[in-house]
Amino acid sequence: MSDPNATPSIELEVRNLKKHFKTPRGMLHAVDGVSFKIEKGKTLGVVGESGCGKSTLGRAIIHLHERTEGRIFFRGRDVSDVDEQQLKDLRENMQMIFQDPFSSLNPRMSVSQIIAEPLLIYNKCRSRKELTAKIGNLMDTVGLARRLSNSYPHELDGGRRQRIGVARALALNPEFIVCDEPVSALDVSVQAQILNLMQDLQEEFNLTYMFITHDMSVVRHVSNEIMVMYLGSAVEFADSEEMFLRRLHPYTQALLAAVPIPQIGHKKGRSLLRGEIISPIDLGEGCRFAGRCIYAKENCFDVTPTFDEVTLGHFVACHYVREINNLP
Amino acid sequence: MLKTKSQPEERENEVALGGRSRNKEIFRRFLKNRAAVVGLAIIIVLTIFALFPGKIAPYDYAAQQLRNKYMFPSAQHIMGTDEFGRDVFSRLVWGCRTSLVIGVSAIAIACAIGVAIGCIAGFYGDIIDNVLMRIIDILLAVPNTLLGISIVAALGNTIPNLILAIGLGAMPAFARITRSAVITVKEQEFVEAARATGASNRRIILRYVLPNSMAPIIVQVSMGIARAILTVSGLSFIGLGVPAPTPEWGSMLSSGRNYIRDYWYIITFPGVAIMLAVFAFNLFGDGLRDALDPRLKN
Amino acid sequence: MNKKILEIKDLHVHYLTDGYTVKAVNGVNLSLARGESLGLVGETGAGKTTTALGILGLVPNPPGKVIKGEIIYNNENLLRKSDAQMRKIRGREISMIFQDPMTALNPVLTVGAQIAEVIRLHEKISAGDALIRACEMMRLVGIDDVRHDEYPHQFSGGMKQRIVIAIALACNPSLLLADEPTTALDVTIQEQVLDLIEKLRRERGASLILISHDLGIVAEVCEKVAIIYAGEIVEYGTAGHIFDRRAHPYTRGLFDSIPDFSRKVHRLRPIEGMMSDPTKLPEGCFFAERCPYAFEPCRKIVPVFEPEPGHLVKCVLVEKGKAPQ
Repeated sequence: MSDPNATPSIELEVRNLKKHFKTPRGMLHAVDGVSFKIEKGKTLGVVGESGCGKSTLGRAIIHLHERTEGRIFFRGRDVSDVDEQQLKDLRENMQMIFQDPFSSLNPRMSVSQIIAEPLLIYNKCRSRKELTAKIGNLMDTVGLARRLSNSYPHELDGGRRQRIGVARALALNPEFIVCDEPVSALDVSVQAQILNLMQDLQEEFNLTYMFITHDMSVVRHVSNEIMVMYLGSAVEFADSEEMFLRRLHPYTQALLAAVPIPQIGHKKGRSLLRGEIISPIDLGEGCRFAGRCIYAKENCFDVTPTFDEVTLGHFVACHYVREINNLP
Repeated sequence: MLKTKSQPEERENEVALGGRSRNKEIFRRFLKNRAAVVGLAIIIVLTIFALFPGKIAPYDYAAQQLRNKYMFPSAQHIMGTDEFGRDVFSRLVWGCRTSLVIGVSAIAIACAIGVAIGCIAGFYGDIIDNVLMRIIDILLAVPNTLLGISIVAALGNTIPNLILAIGLGAMPAFARITRSAVITVKEQEFVEAARATGASNRRIILRYVLPNSMAPIIVQVSMGIARAILTVSGLSFIGLGVPAPTPEWGSMLSSGRNYIRDYWYIITFPGVAIMLAVFAFNLFGDGLRDALDPRLKN
Repeated sequence: MNKKILEIKDLHVHYLTDGYTVKAVNGVNLSLARGESLGLVGETGAGKTTTALGILGLVPNPPGKVIKGEIIYNNENLLRKSDAQMRKIRGREISMIFQDPMTALNPVLTVGAQIAEVIRLHEKISAGDALIRACEMMRLVGIDDVRHDEYPHQFSGGMKQRIVIAIALACNPSLLLADEPTTALDVTIQEQVLDLIEKLRRERGASLILISHDLGIVAEVCEKVAIIYAGEIVEYGTAGHIFDRRAHPYTRGLFDSIPDFSRKVHRLRPIEGMMSDPTKLPEGCFFAERCPYAFEPCRKIVPVFEPEPGHLVKCVLVEKGKAPQ
C-alpha cells in the first residue's frame, strides 16, 4: 500500500478529502475536496470561521469521522482504509488535543487516571510502578504539579485542564497531533502559557501539528504554513510569512481585515465582506465565497475556481486573483 | 528524563493512581447530607432486622397465643398482638427479611438487565436501538401489578417467582432511563477523546459512558426498591404474595385490615414500617447520587 | 459639558458558598461621563460580569451580596432602590446585551413579539404600536422587518445578536452594558456587530460599558479603558493611556500575552501562574505574587496613583517612578 511518490520528510498528506453528512435538509458538504501536505516537525495552521469544516477535516484525518472520499497518507503509507487493529496502531502515532478542556476530560476520572488511559489501553507498562513513573514524567513535561495527580478535572482551572489534555495526547509518544482550537477556551495569559508549552514540546519531540483555529493572531504565531478554509474547501494555502505579507484571496483579505488590533488608531477601512456565511448543504457549481465577495462577477456563481499555484508555494482558489491583486 | 522550559509548577511527591482514596471522599460527602444519613440509618436498622430476626424478635413469628389475642401494646408485646395472638413486633422483624430480600433481589435483576439493554441500545443506536426499545415498550405497556399478578398466578406464589415478577416489571424503566442518559453522555467530547486515544467500545462504555450515566440509575434503584416493597405488599394484600404463615408487611396489613376500627395497632405498625422503608431508600438514593458526583463538592 | 452618568464607588460584592467567601468584586471605583464608552477588560473570574450585574441590581442573592459601596446613576444611588424601582430602570434606562445570543432569546416567541414586549413593559402603548416600533428597531439593526414573525432559531448567530441589540435599544436607554457581545460570533460577523453597536450608540447619545477580554475590540470601540484584576480596577485611563502608556505590570503582561498580529515573535511572554484564589486573597497588591517586579511594599496596602491626569494606576512602582518602561 505504500505510495512511491511520497518523499520521506512528508509526515502527512491528504488528497482530495471529502466528508459529507446526511442531514434532513440535504447533503452537508462539511469538507469538500481538500488536499495538503505537512512536513515532519512543522505546523500547518488551518483557519476559518465556524462551519468551514476545519474541525471535521481534523477528525476525518484521525478517523474519528469516516471520510466520504479521498486518500490520507501518513509517513508515505496509505492509511485511508484501515481495519480495527491498524487503526489502533495508527492512533498510537496520531493524537488529538481538544478545544474544550472542560468537556474533553472524563469528570469521573482523576488526573492520573486520565493520563494513564492511553498507557493502559496500549499495555505500555508492565508494572504499576512503571505506570506511575510514566505519569509523573508526563505531568512534569506539561508543567503539572505531581500533587495534582489525585485531583479531578473540575477542581482545576482551564489552563491546567488543557495541560492534562496535552499530557494525554503525548502519553504514547505520537508523531502527529491534531490540535483542535486548543487555546480558544482559555484566557489570554493562560493561552500564551499553553502555546509556549506546545512550542517547546514540538521542538523537543520533533512533533508535527495540524493546528485548527479561528484566531488569526494565534495561527500566525504557531504555524509554518497556513491553509484558509471556507465552506468546506481550501481557498488559500501558503507559507505563514508569505500569507501575512501577501494575502491573495478576497476572503483571506476580509478575514484578516476584520481582526481587531489592540492598538488605537488602527481602525481600518470598511468591511470587505457582505452578508453571512451560508450552510454548505447541497452546493452546486460556482465559487462558494461568491455570495459574500465584493469582487464577484457573473461566472463566479457558475464555475468553481481551481486551486492554483499563483506564486511559488502560494495556492489560491479564485478566478480573478491576478486582477484583484494586480499580479502579472 | 523529559525536560522542557515551561514548568511553572514545582515538582512534588509521588503520583497516586487510584484517586485519593476515592471511597473515603464519597463517604465524607455522603455524611454531610443529613437526610441521606437518616435514610442510611433506617436502612441499617432494617438490614440488621433482616439479618438477625431470631436474635431481635422476642417471640417466634408463628407462635400463636390464642389467649392473648388483640393485646394493646405493652411491655410484653411492645406492638401488641394480632388476631391469633402472635407478637406484631416479632412478625414485623421477620417480615422485614422477606420484604427486603424480595425488594433488593428484584431490583438487582431489573437493574442488571435493564442497564445492559439501555446501554447497548443507547450507545450503538440505529437498528439495535430500535429493536431493543420496541421490546421494552411492549413490556412497559403492561402494568407492573398486572404483570406480577399474572406471573405469580401462573407459576405459583413462591418467593423466587415474586422476585422474577417484580424484577421483570421494574426492568423496562431501567432500560429507558439508562438509554436516555447514555445518549446524552456519548455525545460529549471526552468520549470522542477516549476514542481518539484508541479505547475500544467496551472500554468506552464501561469507563466513560456508564459512570457518567449513573445518577438517574441510582435514583431509579433506590426508588425501585421502595416501589418493589410496595408491590410485594400489594400482592400480599390481595393474597398473591408470600404464602402464610411467612410474615410479610403487606400480608400483615391485609389480614389486619378487618380490625382497624377496634385494634388500630395491628395495621398501623406494618404500615409505618413500609412507609419508613420506602422513605429511607429514597433519601439514601438521593444522597448517594450527589455523593458519587465529584463535581458536587462539599 | 462632561456630566457623569454613572459613578461606582468602592463596590464590594461577595458570594457566600458553603462557608467560603468568594470575593468577586473588591472595591471597584469607576466613573463614566454621558455619551462616553468604557471598556472593562479582564480575565475569567476577574469580576467583570459581577460588576455589571451589580449596576443592574441583578447580583443573584443568595449566594451573592453587595457588601458595601455606592452605584450612583444620574445622582441616585441604585443600591438604595427597591426591586420595583429597579425593574423600571432596567431595560428603559440601563439595558444589557448578553454574551450568548443563542440563550438570550426566548425560543418560543417570535422576535418581533420579544422586541415589542420590552417596549410595552416600559411604555403605555398598544400592542399594534409596539409591534410597529419593533419593526422599526429591526430595520435599524439591519434586519428586514418582514421577518418579525419568525422565531429565533430561524436566524443565524449574528442576526440573533442584532435582535438582542434591538431589544436592548428599544426603549432608548441612556446606559448600555454589553457583556462580551461578540465572543460567540465569528470575526467577520463580530466586525459588523461592533460597528452596529458603535453607530447606534453615537446616534442616540448613550453611554456604553463594554465588557471584554479582547483588547483589540476595546481598542476599536472605547474611549476609556479600565483593567480589572481580582475584583479591583488596577489601571484606568483613556484608550491612549492604556494602549500607549500602560503602567501597571498586569496590564503589560496582558498585552505581552497576545500573539502579535503584525509580526512574528518566537516566544510569547505570558504572565506566570494563575489568578489568586478569590476565597483567600493576599494582603496588599493582589497581583504581587505573579508580578515580576514585586518587592516588599507590595505586601502592604497599595494606594492609587495618578502619573498623569486621568490615568489611575494601582501600583507602588508607579509612585516611585520605577515603573518598568
